[in-house]
Amino acid sequence: MSLKLKALLKSPWVFHLSTGSCNNCDIEILDCLTPRFDIERFGMLLIGSIKHADVLLITGSCNRMSVERLKALYEQVPKPCLVIAIGTCAGSRGIFKDSYNCPVPLDKIVPVDVYIPGCPPKPEAMIAGVVKLIEKVGGAK
Amino acid sequence: MTFVYLLVFGFAATAVLGLITSWIDRKVTARVQYRVGPPFLQPIIDIVKLLGKETVIPAGASKRTFLIAPVIGISGVIAVATLLWVNQFFSEGFMGDWIVAIYLLAIPSLSIILGGFASRNPLASLGASREMKLVIAYELPFILAALVPVINAHSIRLSVIIDSQAGGVFAGNISGILALTVAILCVQAKLALVPFDIPEAETEITGGALIEYSGPGLAIFKLMKNMLFFVLPFFLIILFFGGLRLNGINILWTVLEYVGIVAIITVIRNTNPRVRIDQAVRFFWGPITLIAVVAVVLALKGL
Ligand code: SF4
Repeated sequence: MSLKLKALLKSPWVFHLSTGSCNNCDIEILDCLTPRFDIERFGMLLIGSIKHADVLLITGSCNRMSVERLKALYEQVPKPCLVIAIGTCAGSRGIFKDSYNCPVPLDKIVPVDVYIPGCPPKPEAMIAGVVKLIEKVGGAK
Repeated sequence: MTFVYLLVFGFAATAVLGLITSWIDRKVTARVQYRVGPPFLQPIIDIVKLLGKETVIPAGASKRTFLIAPVIGISGVIAVATLLWVNQFFSEGFMGDWIVAIYLLAIPSLSIILGGFASRNPLASLGASREMKLVIAYELPFILAALVPVINAHSIRLSVIIDSQAGGVFAGNISGILALTVAILCVQAKLALVPFDIPEAETEITGGALIEYSGPGLAIFKLMKNMLFFVLPFFLIILFFGGLRLNGINILWTVLEYVGIVAIITVIRNTNPRVRIDQAVRFFWGPITLIAVVAVVLALKGL
């Protein structure tokens, strides 16, 4: 594995991007930062600017309005970057599958590296998902 | 020889110590919040990772200034670190190097202002303009506080300031204690840490002046800040505690002084909310400048 990727996996700074979620997933993401779960142990930081991001945590069902923003933001992330779809909405649109407002699922818009199902997923599930992602990316190279 | 000083001491030693300091800061912060905190190598891993990332230059930014700003900032820190190390261990320095050190310590802030304005982002401009106001606010009390050791030592050379504290450190006098208090608060603002992280304000303007920086540019800025986190306490130790003394039991004292200053800064950062920029300016120009003036007057009286 290259040094670049190794360092990336040891210090993934996450950017939190909601594409029209019901906000439950977002609150569960914030739970990961609390003392109980403390993802800074793994070097993860929640950062505010898309230009500093390594990992995009995408929640929500990609409605028509936010898809444009999602594309614009995805282009701005400095590569290499990884994408995690959090929640059933982001994974498969869940109960909004037949909605007029969510025509395209997330993984048809940007490449997704790992899906974390749940409505909303527990923080434990998110951490497990991230560990799987690290194994996948780290093992592949 | 100058080259060795610059590279080995100014850059390498300062960077290593700065990264360790920043780890201490993050770990203590985590412990204060009942968390475990990052592993020891985390700061260096962050820097390596950022060096490997793509540089995104925002459309319409003034490219050259945008790219050169971090380099200006880190050169300033390396220069001042070299000056301090050389005065500490090797030579006599030169007349007025105190003034040069004060000047060079302002360069990192200037580079952040430059980078912020060059990146053509409203939030970055906001951050840069706040940084500018903050510089105006803290420079006056900082210089007054740094003047106290100069008055006590009757010299404007750093090496003389260090030598004249062989008998007793300046932090032992009333004027020294007052000036040290002022200086620590100014260092807090110089490092842009809470409560004076107004120019960065993650939760408000999402990184402020650094918002558009990615990859190597951000890595250099981060490294610059980490190095500054070592250089500023080092400068205070030279001014108020007679420099790093590496003989016998004094090693313990030096480490204690250094860790003490860093711990005070970290604890202030963890127990205070962010102030507004007008509150910060009022704070520095009001009570803090007053204390600094009192300290200078006491020093002139020989207390
Ligand atoms: S997956 Fe569930 S909790 Fe998450 S955004 Fe969708 S509806 Fe809300």
